[in-house]
Amino acid sequence: MSDFSEELKGPVTDDEEVETSVLSGAGMHFPWLQTYVETVAIGGKRRKDFAQTTSACLSFIQEALLKHQWQQAAEYMYSYFQTLEDSDSYKRQAAPEIIWKLGSKILFYHPKSNMESFNTFANRMKNIGVMNYLKISLQHALYLLHHGMLKDAKRNLSEAETWRHGENTSSREILINLIQAYKGLLQYYTWSEKKMELSKLDKDDYAYNAVAQDVFNHSWKTSANISALIKIPGVWDPFVKSYVEMLEFYGDRDGAQEVLTNYAYDEKFPSNPNAHIYLYNFLKRQKPPRSKLISVLKILYQIVPSHKLMLEFHTLLRKSEKEEHRKLGLEVLFGVLDFAGCTKNITAWKYLAKYLKNILMGNHLAWVQEEWNSRKNWWPGFHFSYFWAKSDWKEDTALACEKAFVAGLLLGKGCRYFRYILKQDHQILGKKIKRMKRSVKKYSIVNPRL
Amino acid sequence: MDLEEAEEFKERCTQCAAVSWGLTDEGKYYCTSCHNVTERYQEVTNTDLIPNTQIKALNRGLKKKNNTEKGWDWYVCEGFQYILYQQAEALKNLGVGPELKNDVLHNFWKRYLQKSKQAYCKNPVYTTGRKPTVLEDNLSHSDWASEPELLSDVSCPPFLESGAESQSDIHTRKPFPVSKASQSETSVCSGSLDGVEYSQRKEKGIVKMTMPQTLAFCYLSLLWQREAITLSDLLRRFKELFINGEKLLELQMPKTCSLRTFLLPLVRFVEEDHIPYINAFQHFPEQMKLYGRDRGIFGIESWPDYEDIYKKTVEVGTFLDLPRFPDITEDCYLHPNILCMKYLMEVNLPDEMHSLTCHVVKMTGMGEVDFLTFDPIAKMAKTVKYDVQAVAIIVVVLKLLFLLDDSFEWSLSNLAEKHNEKNKKDKPWFDFRKWYQIMKKAFDEKKQKWEEARAKYLWKSEKPLYYSFVDKPVAYKKREMVVNLQKQFSTLVESTATAGKKSPSSFQFNWTEEDTDRTCFHGHSLQGVLKEKGQSLLTKNSLYWLSTQKFCRCYCTHVTTYEESNYSLSYQFILNLFSFLLRIKTSLLHEEVSLVEKKLFEKKYSVKRKKSRSKKVRRH
Repeated sequence: MSDFSEELKGPVTDDEEVETSVLSGAGMHFPWLQTYVETVAIGGKRRKDFAQTTSACLSFIQEALLKHQWQQAAEYMYSYFQTLEDSDSYKRQAAPEIIWKLGSKILFYHPKSNMESFNTFANRMKNIGVMNYLKISLQHALYLLHHGMLKDAKRNLSEAETWRHGENTSSREILINLIQAYKGLLQYYTWSEKKMELSKLDKDDYAYNAVAQDVFNHSWKTSANISALIKIPGVWDPFVKSYVEMLEFYGDRDGAQEVLTNYAYDEKFPSNPNAHIYLYNFLKRQKPPRSKLISVLKILYQIVPSHKLMLEFHTLLRKSEKEEHRKLGLEVLFGVLDFAGCTKNITAWKYLAKYLKNILMGNHLAWVQEEWNSRKNWWPGFHFSYFWAKSDWKEDTALACEKAFVAGLLLGKGCRYFRYILKQDHQILGKKIKRMKRSVKKYSIVNPRL
Repeated sequence: MDLEEAEEFKERCTQCAAVSWGLTDEGKYYCTSCHNVTERYQEVTNTDLIPNTQIKALNRGLKKKNNTEKGWDWYVCEGFQYILYQQAEALKNLGVGPELKNDVLHNFWKRYLQKSKQAYCKNPVYTTGRKPTVLEDNLSHSDWASEPELLSDVSCPPFLESGAESQSDIHTRKPFPVSKASQSETSVCSGSLDGVEYSQRKEKGIVKMTMPQTLAFCYLSLLWQREAITLSDLLRRFKELFINGEKLLELQMPKTCSLRTFLLPLVRFVEEDHIPYINAFQHFPEQMKLYGRDRGIFGIESWPDYEDIYKKTVEVGTFLDLPRFPDITEDCYLHPNILCMKYLMEVNLPDEMHSLTCHVVKMTGMGEVDFLTFDPIAKMAKTVKYDVQAVAIIVVVLKLLFLLDDSFEWSLSNLAEKHNEKNKKDKPWFDFRKWYQIMKKAFDEKKQKWEEARAKYLWKSEKPLYYSFVDKPVAYKKREMVVNLQKQFSTLVESTATAGKKSPSSFQFNWTEEDTDRTCFHGHSLQGVLKEKGQSLLTKNSLYWLSTQKFCRCYCTHVTTYEESNYSLSYQFILNLFSFLLRIKTSLLHEEVSLVEKKLFEKKYSVKRKKSRSKKVRRH
């Protein structure tokens, strides 16, 4: 519980934390060590009762919040405010942030609380120390957004944006960027509303020009607000998306592509699947060469092999002339079906059945065996058990057929899944099953024809 | 120029209607008489102002107003005197006789001032101390021939008079012809005249006053004042029980005893704010300003600790060179027999156990006057921890009866349970298991409430303490902030939760026959654990284990360490229960139990063997 406050102390206690983790070894956590370190820090003296009771108070608040006892939490909060007057300057500096976090949560959920009291609280906390003004402003704005008060939120952000007090630190710069970006996001929202309005209007309508002018103005302000933020490494999905949408709307395709490429490929940014998806979707609209699309999805494949775009990736690879691409196409399909969430994906099974047959016909047995070797221990139980045969047949006969075909190819005609499906007498699928039986006999990897 | 700007603002203060404005370092106007900070900012007309000038303006502005701003000149010992006065008043309100305040504490304090050479003597320490450190500009006053008299006059405690008079007394004698203008510019400063020097002073052989020391003084006077005091509500509760309970107990009750005079409630009463201690300074007269070093002397952020106050009491007693205290005899409240009775009732144990505790007291000689009476001039000055000792005796008796080895007490409970089922009409046998279940629940609830109350404790006074005048507006603003936030959150709290202070009581648990949920064991009999043998009664349990096998040979206070896991669970529970009642550390009680055992089994200790022993009990 006390870790929470330690964490919030920020740079002040950083050194201490490093020390602790060194002492306790990598990846291990000893809660008693913290108290031990604390007593060493104060020279073995007894901790003041003030410190003891306020930290107990903090745990009581956290417990109450966890149990959603807002009333109790407010009661303890009443006493916890005195940490603002703590004689320990470290704790005094950390207090406003803790109080803001706990207090805003209480006010958010407490049945007796209302918009007005939250605003009063936020304004009070903003002015308690210069350190937290921006952070609180931003969170305050988010609260207002949550309650649909767009105008107030925007005003709040504008106020925060122009606020200058104390030293300029790098953390503050990021905060300012964030605030501006959120402001930009709000502007984007009005812009897209206007755009909707515009699309409903006739070009000859007398209001059309005015609205169009409006739309243009908004986009200009927004792009300035957002562009600063998305240059800083981080995950900025909503900002990037809206920014690109506006760039595209005004025909700046190159600009949009640059933003997206940068967002996806800059190594300083954290690995983010969405970045690649955005880029792929964007490129698809431009009708680029296939190889370009393949290279984008290749990265996505490495990050999220189970993504639904992988089937699209497979079709791209299948059509490719390069042999290695075609081999990758098989890998991708196997990869998708490794995931429990995709076991009932009929398209994936259909692709796999068809592709396996193609590949085996094309004499690439080695490719199949390479993929199969690592899976032969667990796929039979995972996909091709008797139980699955029964339930698949019951739920979706088409899926069962595709799966049976794959099972037959991979495990031979003796496989239980395959046999179960064969035994089922189905009028419409009868022909198909017969064809399948023939193919299995011919191509199954279990009885390689020599 | 900046000062003029502060004076440009001519509106009346919304809180006190005064027109006396200063500037905070943020450029806001604040009222110098009531510290109300307005939302009005100083209008900056000159753009070439650098931000620091505002702070300078603050300093310059204050320098002018020194005489009114800084309040009276006062000494640290006066502050303590004021606090002692208030504590004595509080004790009086709790039912202690007025002699305590007027005679005992007053005399102790006078003696202290004399012994520590602060007053009532030829050369008070101040004549040497104040010149170099406290006042830099007192050259003009260096010919203060009359200072000793003046000081002794000042220090003369106002206790002799009634409360109101003494207040006015302080008012009339205050204005000292000393100005401390130069102080606000030095880094170390204080509101009191000698605060800086006082916090640095370290003289051998002199006990310096501190906040815990005030409680030591209180306790010392309570110890002296052990004689008849009107019986309070507590005794009424005793009487109610006697009507239903045993006759023999009534005989043992002394007719007169001072119920409140023991250390335990003193510590607890402080915690419950019945005695001014934390933030006691906030009741100082308006003109006694505290800041800077005074903060370290009077501002306190911990509750008093039993052992600490105990040690300080002995220390003060020795320092004051007090004669032997009035005898503590059997009719005194501090006598173990009476305290044992009280604690037996408090923890819901059978009244019959009292005769056993009396027996232990007799055998160990702990009830003797010489043992109990505090004699500061004796070679080894020590006073008995009356309450801890009484509780330790009860623990020893429990061990004698039930062994507390996590098995014997439960088998005795089985017997008692069976017997009680069969004989529903008779007086029930005491069932240890049932007692444990009820006490455990009550104890856990009490402890939980106590912890919650502690977590909610408000430490900060309405008068914020600040380091220097520059900090003052900041400190007041912080305070205002906290008050505003509290005001806001108090609307979220149900009104029932903010009930008033509970009335002080020396009992924490209440057990009455009427309460059906919580069985009262006072009337239960010990027949199940005793057996007849001829004319006497023996305990069924014939074994005993010692809490400590070995004592240190040296005279160190460390008797034994208490490692919880080494002891039986029932013993742990009992220690936890009692130490919670007394608000002491479990190890302290364990130590006391060991000491009682040492006295009880003195002969056997030399053999150093785990012993078996049966104890004779007088037939009753």
